[in-house]
Amino acid sequence: MEDTEGTFETKELTISMGPQHPATHGVLRLVLDLDGESVVKCTPYVGYLHRGVEKLGENRTYLAALPLTDRLDYISSMNNNVGYVNAVEKLFGIEAPERAKFIRTMVAEMGRISSHIIWLGTHVLDIGATTPFLYAFRERERILDLFEMVCGARLTVSYPRIGGVKNDISQEFLDELYDFVLDFPSKMDDYETLVTENRIWKERTVGIGVISAEEAINWGLTGGTLRGSGVNYDVRKYAPYDAYDKVEFDVPVGQKGDCYDRYVVRIGEMRQANRIIKQCIEKLPPGPVMADAPKYTLPPKEMILKDMEHLIHQFVLITKGPSVPEGEVYMGTEVPKGELGFYFVSDGTGKPYRMRVRAPSFVHASVLPRLCQGGLVADVIANIGTIDIVLGECDR
Amino acid sequence: MEPLQVIREEFTDDIISVVEFRGQVSITIRRDHVLDMSRFLHDEPGLYFNYLLDLCGVDYLGKRKPRFEVVYHLYSLKYRHMIRLKAQVPEDDCTIQSVTPVWVGADWHEREAFDMYGIAFKGHPDLRRILMPEDWEGHPLRKDYPVKGPEKEWSGFIDVLDRSKRFREFEWHE
Repeated sequence: MEDTEGTFETKELTISMGPQHPATHGVLRLVLDLDGESVVKCTPYVGYLHRGVEKLGENRTYLAALPLTDRLDYISSMNNNVGYVNAVEKLFGIEAPERAKFIRTMVAEMGRISSHIIWLGTHVLDIGATTPFLYAFRERERILDLFEMVCGARLTVSYPRIGGVKNDISQEFLDELYDFVLDFPSKMDDYETLVTENRIWKERTVGIGVISAEEAINWGLTGGTLRGSGVNYDVRKYAPYDAYDKVEFDVPVGQKGDCYDRYVVRIGEMRQANRIIKQCIEKLPPGPVMADAPKYTLPPKEMILKDMEHLIHQFVLITKGPSVPEGEVYMGTEVPKGELGFYFVSDGTGKPYRMRVRAPSFVHASVLPRLCQGGLVADVIANIGTIDIVLGECDR
Repeated sequence: MEPLQVIREEFTDDIISVVEFRGQVSITIRRDHVLDMSRFLHDEPGLYFNYLLDLCGVDYLGKRKPRFEVVYHLYSLKYRHMIRLKAQVPEDDCTIQSVTPVWVGADWHEREAFDMYGIAFKGHPDLRRILMPEDWEGHPLRKDYPVKGPEKEWSGFIDVLDRSKRFREFEWHE
């Protein structure tokens, strides 16, 4: 018999995991240089969803630029709004009333749960576990129905406003939310039974995409991606905003920095978010939901047709915008994907001179080459799922 | 503020002005020694600015003479203080040193600043457009770039329209 163990001539194959692909969670293009099955080099190309949010924000007043932020990370739009509104309130120097802060904390944590449900469903679906996807979306439907009850929109909400929230919540909303909160931990146990101790899941994610704590800090990672490596950095604890200093919650932190630890961290975050919502419902104070700052916030609708002063305020705030002091402000808030930062440069007019959005998905997409190098093609899919990017935020 | 004193003593020639607004400190600096300053801020015990939160450009067309500014937001995880550095970049010599040797995460932020403003970063490993297509002309976030977009349509879009024309004429076969 001939000796078939001779050397084969191989060469590197360059394939494009193109913008349209079921597992890239949006329009992300990866050009992979492969040597057989292992990845030699990975180059991400982003920008397919670039809509010019920063340029548009420079031509609108602060209130009119709020719906632009809904569409940044379209999965958790409540959190984007809360981040924007907090940064603008810091720039103006006004503060929202207590009830509005608790309501904002509550809807932000609901947004966190619903965003992590999508992460869980799509990540495990890419790797092959097809069952949790549909069952987890059951919970997300309940949350979106609650959003519709409070502000009329399911996905792009624009509910938190500068100075508070748009309208008060009803008792029916609180009752249904409380039912959800009591029910959620048992549902989480169901999903964890399917995935967490599963041998196939562990083989696909333990030891994949490892990044050490110092490297993760140097790359600028935030949120669950950073906490999986053991760094206990959470903006809600380091620089609390809204009502986060009045509720008790823990921040789950991983150890090794692989995909499995990031998975465990995000599951823990969902349970902690549930805990925060329960405390917010129990501690909700009575009072107004919009700050009493007539120069910066819109007056209540019923006063506009009765009082001349309110009519003039409404007219000036909508057309020209509020008169903002000159200066610059950066404020970061913890959205489900990481730290969303807004940097405003104000030149005294009612429109921001520069509105900069520091998107966590942009930074996380840049670390993909580092994670994928040396791994297999199947691990590229696991890595894309674990860094949890949304291209709307990455490209703005 | 404590870090402010240390920075003022170490780099007195480069600092142009220091402003505090809403509890946040902004230091405007000359662009010549940005890399040395970054290394100092990163390594100095007592400062340890190990986290680069954000790097962006700002265009001050018509308002100020060095037209562009590159803004760095630095954060220290150990001491929990934040600082903002603003390096002024003139229009005719639109370059500045890259800080990727100190923070690797500055890579994509600098590519975006180059794409949107045209500021070139010396020493950057791979400086090319990131959000706009590779053959785009112009830098969109500059103040003299129209919001509606350029008058001349991008060649890639014309390409797509041409290719779709073929599918518009449909012949029915009996």
